[in-house]
Amino acid sequence: MNRVSVAMDSKPENISFARVVVAGFIAPLDPSVDEVSDIKTAVSEAITNAIIHGYPQGENNNTQGTVRLSLTTSECRTITIQVADDGVGIADIDTAREPLFTTKAELERSGLGFTVMESFMDSVTVDSTPGQGTTITLAKTLASPE
Amino acid sequence: MGIQINIAGNALIAKPDSEIDHHSAERMRGQIDTAFDNSSCRHIILDFSGVRFMDSSGIGMIIGRYKNAEKRGGRLALAGMSDDMGRIFHISGLAKIITRTATVEEAKEDFNAGRGSI
Repeated sequence: MNRVSVAMDSKPENISFARVVVAGFIAPLDPSVDEVSDIKTAVSEAITNAIIHGYPQGENNNTQGTVRLSLTTSECRTITIQVADDGVGIADIDTAREPLFTTKAELERSGLGFTVMESFMDSVTVDSTPGQGTTITLAKTLASPE
Repeated sequence: MGIQINIAGNALIAKPDSEIDHHSAERMRGQIDTAFDNSSCRHIILDFSGVRFMDSSGIGMIIGRYKNAEKRGGRLALAGMSDDMGRIFHISGLAKIITRTATVEEAKEDFNAGRGSI
């Protein structure tokens, strides 16, 4: 069992940093290449959502906040990842999770973030309160090492 | 982090060499669009042989360039995409409309054989 928490500014350049953190965190568990790729991709989606949807850019282009990445491993090789923001929240979670739904078409967002998270992780939970923020919880149990 | 852009006949060939996420995709699309706007190319080939990571931001980037090529009556091909990234590509449903080839040369041949010659 292990835990790591990182708090970061909601800057796009921190998306790749978050991937490096999660890859380093799970490395001691000797995950497969596919498992590392799946988890890095899901984290990339969740952090991106927090940055661009949690803290949408205002007219003065300076709306920013904190994104918290919390990682936990259990004895049974389950990785639990929480990505939390204190941003605007999601009014309609079911619609937000629909494939291809996006509110940021002008940023060329494909609306596939949640679909990718759901495809690459064992479970995806969304907890959100409008005006208070969103917490995404991702979990995946790694296969036994060969 | 960067992107190499070359022109071969009627095709603009863009080769990103970094990880593609929201941050890098924004810069890449700007560079590709500027080069495409300043050229008379119809087709776009995205050479993904140097890309090590892509999330759904890459899908948005691909769709945007596909639309730009289509506006000029051209097509978009993806060359050298690894199986790893191919999974996101398939989730997106883009496999039905966008040609995927092993190499840039194959993409050129595909354009030559298809409706738009290079």
